Amino acid sequence: MKKVKVIKIDVDKCNGCRSCEVICSAFHAAPKYSSTNPERSRIRVLFDPLKDTYVPVIAGEYTEAECNGRDIYTINGKEYDECAFCRASCPSRQLFKDPDSDLPLKCDMCEEEPPLPEPLCVQWCLSDALTYEEREEEGEEEDKPGEMEIGLEALVKKYGLKTVKDTLDRVSKS
Amino acid sequence: MRYAETGVNLEIDLSRGSIEKEGTDPRLTELHLGGLGTNAKILWDRVPPEVEPFSPDNLLIFSAGLLAGTPAPGTNRTIVSTFSPQTLLMAYSMMGGFWSPELKSAGYDKVIIRGKSPSLVYLWINNDKVEIRDASHLQGKGCLETEELIRQELKEPKAQVATIGLAGENRVYMASIEHGRSSASRLGVGAIMGDKMLKAIAVRGTKDINIARPAELFELCNEVLEYIKYRAENPIEGVPPILAGIGAPQEMAIHDEKWHTTNFAWGNARHRIKDFWNEEVEKEWTETAERMQERLVSCYNCPMKCGGTIKYPEHTRYMMKCYSKLTYTMAAMSDLDFGFRIVERAQQYGVDAFSTPQTMAFALELYEAGILTDQDMPGFPSDNEERFFWLLDKIARREGIGDVLANGTYWAARQIGKGAEEYAHNTIKKHEQLPLKLGMLNPIYYLMYCTGEKINITQIEGQFPQAPFPTREEREEFVKDWVQVPDEKFKQYFVDWEPRGEHSNPYYPTIEASCEIVDWQEKMHYIDDATGVCAGLSSFPLKPPYHMHNLPSLISFATGLDIDEAGLWKIAKRNRTLVRAINVRRGMRRIDEKPPEDHWRKRFPELEAKLLDEYYKFQGWNNQGIPTKETLDELGLDYVSEDLEQRGVYKEKKAKVAKRESPKSKKAKVAKRDSKSEKSQGNKE
Repeated sequence: MKKVKVIKIDVDKCNGCRSCEVICSAFHAAPKYSSTNPERSRIRVLFDPLKDTYVPVIAGEYTEAECNGRDIYTINGKEYDECAFCRASCPSRQLFKDPDSDLPLKCDMCEEEPPLPEPLCVQWCLSDALTYEEREEEGEEEDKPGEMEIGLEALVKKYGLKTVKDTLDRVSKS
Repeated sequence: MRYAETGVNLEIDLSRGSIEKEGTDPRLTELHLGGLGTNAKILWDRVPPEVEPFSPDNLLIFSAGLLAGTPAPGTNRTIVSTFSPQTLLMAYSMMGGFWSPELKSAGYDKVIIRGKSPSLVYLWINNDKVEIRDASHLQGKGCLETEELIRQELKEPKAQVATIGLAGENRVYMASIEHGRSSASRLGVGAIMGDKMLKAIAVRGTKDINIARPAELFELCNEVLEYIKYRAENPIEGVPPILAGIGAPQEMAIHDEKWHTTNFAWGNARHRIKDFWNEEVEKEWTETAERMQERLVSCYNCPMKCGGTIKYPEHTRYMMKCYSKLTYTMAAMSDLDFGFRIVERAQQYGVDAFSTPQTMAFALELYEAGILTDQDMPGFPSDNEERFFWLLDKIARREGIGDVLANGTYWAARQIGKGAEEYAHNTIKKHEQLPLKLGMLNPIYYLMYCTGEKINITQIEGQFPQAPFPTREEREEFVKDWVQVPDEKFKQYFVDWEPRGEHSNPYYPTIEASCEIVDWQEKMHYIDDATGVCAGLSSFPLKPPYHMHNLPSLISFATGLDIDEAGLWKIAKRNRTLVRAINVRRGMRRIDEKPPEDHWRKRFPELEAKLLDEYYKFQGWNNQGIPTKETLDELGLDYVSEDLEQRGVYKEKKAKVAKRESPKSKKAKVAKRDSKSEKSQGNKE
């Protein structure tokens, strides 16, 4: 059995305060909590008050290619932004990329030792737009790639393994 | 490295079109924190008292609070400071929202604007890149519309925009600066922005804001959030629902408006309708609110939901906050439906929701009294609500009578004459006040109304209940968990305060206690205004999450400064005294320090004089309300006392105190402008 962690998102309860962005970026700063910067957050609230659309989106997988076309949802007569519900860090938009390095960002559910009772975005969401659930599911527990692995994989995809290796060699010599 | 702040101000000269980045002196942060504190320091240093509000030499400062953008919940205030065209004194206005955290992320603490642009422009701050851009295509556009248009043309949906509407462009004295649902509304800051021909400032930032002592700050933030949850479940008993929670008054969330509608005056601050609120009204107003309101909304990193998204059928969606829900309704003696309808247009024009409805109700009174006639107001509709829309249009456009009314009730009354002065009865220092008319003088409020330089009671009150609870038991219950008091004696003051008898208004709280209570309440605001902590979580509501015992840690953890309670108290006193000195240098004296004449029915001239005497002494001011040399020197403001001394301020005799009764600069030195703006020079002297 494997443990599945779920953040439930209730867009009707979101008030657009972006506390989730603030605390996510603080948690992932090094040292921990030493800076805030929503642009580094792995959760973003895509909202447009004048259309009354509020969508907290949590950073998912990096993808090197755009989709073949884009999607726009209309729900209950409200049109949401292009690709609003997509979690990918992808070339089509400047979302979930570190503003300095451009490397992709991905939610890690605030994993640390000892584990937090809930990811911090959920803890700091006093409106309960974000709530947390854990459940068991059939299947094997996977090894999750670490921060650096995700970053390196993205670099390899972008530049090819050889270039990355050569660069690493050069950097380590200098 | 600088913590919490960036250490960089943007200096913009619109006359020359220059943009400079100036590093700031960290010593000033130690002395004044940031926000209002450092704004006041800049205004003292750089704007001599001769500079008129509509002069290119006047500065318009947009400042983030010291803690804006840190994880501390609710630290998002933008503090706008300049000199007011209406009061001719330091103008003091603030807004929440998302603007100042974005400014910090772009790498700046303040945007300091001087000069005047030859044509309408807007400022685009995108991290290190800052541009002055043409805004001629935005002329006359509404505020919400402008924000949207700017984001679209910059292709930057995440840009945060602060803008003026038509009222600001036309230098209407009650023009606001709008930003989403937030606004810096009071004292004509929008008119100054319009005078500088600056339509908007758009900001986008993607940099880190650094924290000095991260783990400790994180822990304190969690405590604050826990307390916010606790207070949500434990409203204060014995006060009306609208005052029982925290945040700004919860006008959007709470539909019970008994307190405002029966305690505040309707029309031109005239009629109190004590039996207004009944079941029928409650049902109708609740239905209206529920039909129009779509969602409660928050400011940056704040769990409170003080704003609301409003969708009036067949109108554009907009956002509302706080008491603007009722000010138009009550001024027009109308209903909530009308309130929701007119605020949308008022917000597009960008006007203050306190002064504007009152000025319109004032005009209506003058019309009904025959002082203004159909000749003065051609086309004035007969329908009551339509009249308010008509007046709003005229004021924002400075058309016809609107050109006079646009200066607010004080100046308009003097221009109109024919006894109109009697009708401008609700101002302090020439600025419209809350429409409150009460019976018995309250010594605490007397002092706050007289001496508050933010000229808005809501920006200096809050920590002490507005009235005594009926029984001693209730008062004892209230003080049990009152951890926010800076000293235990305040609990006793409240427990002993009776609704009637020996220990009641106006002689109790005693003069000494009243001075202390006023000082505490006001200081908490001065701290918030420097840190950018929202008053709604701090100085404004009873029993807030932030208070004198945790704010020193909050500031220390975020900035790395080592501040204790005594140190913070002293900084607040320094900032408060500096604001006073700025206004004293511009001519403000004891004679200006009085509440609206009809604020209380029962007055006590002897007691009032004594209250003021003792309060001045308590603050270390002389009998004219001027900070003494000793007080200033003790606060490290030697340069202020020297200046006041050189100007002969300390040698004045009472009789010599001449009052300037008109803003001088408007006719002189106004750059040639389009005809629409020309009209705004209407204040006849």
